[in-house]
Amino acid sequence: MAKGRIEIDSERCKGCNLCAVACPQDVIELAHTQVNTHGYSFAQAKQLERCVGCAACGIVCPDACITVFRETREIK
Amino acid sequence: MEQEIMLMKGNEAIAHAAIRCGTDGYFGYPITPQSEIIETLAQLRPWETTGMVVLQAESEVASINMVYGGAGAGKRVLTSSSSPGIALMQEGIAYMAGAELPGVFVNVQRGGPGLGTIQPSQSDYFQATRGGGNGDYNVIVLAPASVQEMADFVDLAFELAFRYRNPAMILSDGVIGQMMERVVLPPMKPRRSEEEIRRECPWATIGRSKDRPVNIISSLELDSQEMEKRNLHLQEKYRTIREHEARYELTTTEDADMLIVAFGSAARIAQKAIELAEEEGMKADLLRPITLWPFPAEALREAAKGKRGILVVEINAGQMVQDVRLCLEGSVPIQHFGRLGGIVPDSEEIVGELRNFKKQSS
Amino acid sequence: MTQENIVYKKPTLMNDTPMHYCPGCSHGVVHKLVAEVIEEMNMEERTIGVSPVGCAVFAYRYIDIDWQEAAHGRAPAVATAIKRLWPDRLVFTYQGDGDLACIGTGETLHALNRGENFTIIFVNNAIYGMTGGQMAPTTLLGQKTSTCPHGRDPELHGYPLSITELAAQLDGTCYVTRQSVETVAAIRKAKQAIRKAFEASMQGKGSSLVEIVSTCNAGWKMSPQQANEWMQENMFKKYPKGDLKDTL
Repeated sequence: MAKGRIEIDSERCKGCNLCAVACPQDVIELAHTQVNTHGYSFAQAKQLERCVGCAACGIVCPDACITVFRETREIK
Repeated sequence: MEQEIMLMKGNEAIAHAAIRCGTDGYFGYPITPQSEIIETLAQLRPWETTGMVVLQAESEVASINMVYGGAGAGKRVLTSSSSPGIALMQEGIAYMAGAELPGVFVNVQRGGPGLGTIQPSQSDYFQATRGGGNGDYNVIVLAPASVQEMADFVDLAFELAFRYRNPAMILSDGVIGQMMERVVLPPMKPRRSEEEIRRECPWATIGRSKDRPVNIISSLELDSQEMEKRNLHLQEKYRTIREHEARYELTTTEDADMLIVAFGSAARIAQKAIELAEEEGMKADLLRPITLWPFPAEALREAAKGKRGILVVEINAGQMVQDVRLCLEGSVPIQHFGRLGGIVPDSEEIVGELRNFKKQSS
Repeated sequence: MTQENIVYKKPTLMNDTPMHYCPGCSHGVVHKLVAEVIEEMNMEERTIGVSPVGCAVFAYRYIDIDWQEAAHGRAPAVATAIKRLWPDRLVFTYQGDGDLACIGTGETLHALNRGENFTIIFVNNAIYGMTGGQMAPTTLLGQKTSTCPHGRDPELHGYPLSITELAAQLDGTCYVTRQSVETVAAIRKAKQAIRKAFEASMQGKGSSLVEIVSTCNAGWKMSPQQANEWMQENMFKKYPKGDLKDTL
């Protein structure tokens, strides 16, 4: 399986949780103990190593907070 | 170039002048007594010659919002209607004032209130000169008194509208709209090119370019501090317009001790009344405001000097007379004469009023 | 060393201004799709958007194109003039159900019927969001809002208006479709629909209407996830998805 990575703009995030619902790999959760400057519990990767770079989270995010990367190849 | 002299209705003159002064679009809805404007445009088919768009909209509400859209995109856009239709347009006019858009609209007034009558009236003076819709704003108001001025004021209204980024109105009435007179049509002026629009209207929404930030046309601002600033900017603009754009015509009679103030078709009738009055030995000057907003206050104060009385003649129940009173602040006796319900006063009636007024004040 | 590609990011045309929408609101996704399509068509410098009155009134703050903000319901009239006066521009309106299907029904149906060459993006969430959750023309029977707190009752409030079905009947429309944006698959289809509509507008094929059945979780008083489920269960019955008309 391809390996992916996400970056979440936690200041833009409003904690709607739709990314976590959309993620097939259970990568994302809301920060339960932290809020951003707007007072929202933002989304964060709890197990980034499971990310496959499918972009589902980014596509469903209403606030365009998520950038999704996917590995292309490994150079030894 | 030889002048083109024609005989036509005031409404037709508006249509011809619009095509000739480089109007980009007309959007309107039929209503008596001004339907000849859109009918003439449809007959003349300017879209085949100058490229001017002519569209019959589904309502006056839609028409004025089309003017908003077109003006916001930097185009010279015109609509026309009569009193009840202009009442419907007030929403769009207020939005245009708030967003500072330079559209032109023509009101060929008929009597009201409500559906009223299709006969002529000047009873929309308050609506025209006080803004008409919601908020603190003014539109520039030109009042033609002849078919010639109907033709001339289209281009003038556009010039003023674009100079100040403000809606401008031609406040006519059923008399001027329907009567036929000799008219010299203005010379043909091409519609502006895209480059000219980019240069003259850097605020217009025609697609952003690399050399400017995006353009937003909006009357909305939720931050009260900012909204007050916007309002103060509008008030400053209105002050400039008041200082520079008041227009009027003064007709004097030697040794006149009375002054008639009248605009539009009422001024035409008052002119005749002054000639008749002179035969009776009564002498009066005539001040005809051409811009109703800005009101030619300074000119009125000058013209009122040394007069024993001022008769304000209007085809309404007494509207402009309030501006005359505000302007003169009780320094001269002022009376109003008007007919209502679509009845146009005749010059004999005005002479009679003048006679009575003189008697009272002597 | 690992190399990686960006497979998804915020559309370039969307700026960094935080959107004022409630958490989980469908508007954000629709905004992204509009921005992506304009970018993909290379129309950034030739597009004029018309925003409504309602929640999307500030659409002009988020997508970096020229915009006009219209009076309530009048966006199709505003867009009519812009497109007729600048026929080589891409013009679209972005309207909610109160704006489009209630106060602006006249402007909407007449613009569509004239076959004006612009696209209407219609976000239908069956409620007035901006003013705090009142009944909309598209509110479902039985649905509770602040002005029908006991549920919409046809005796009292009339029936939900399927304006998109009306639009499909008009000779001026070339493409009328109903989409949604609650799943990745739905979002991909909605984006294709917007692209198709925008292209039809540029080709002068007539009017296009793209309805996006949407959620207003704040107005519906649900979590974003519950709202998506409620929409799938209830809204899609009254407002079935798919193309209602396609002459392209």
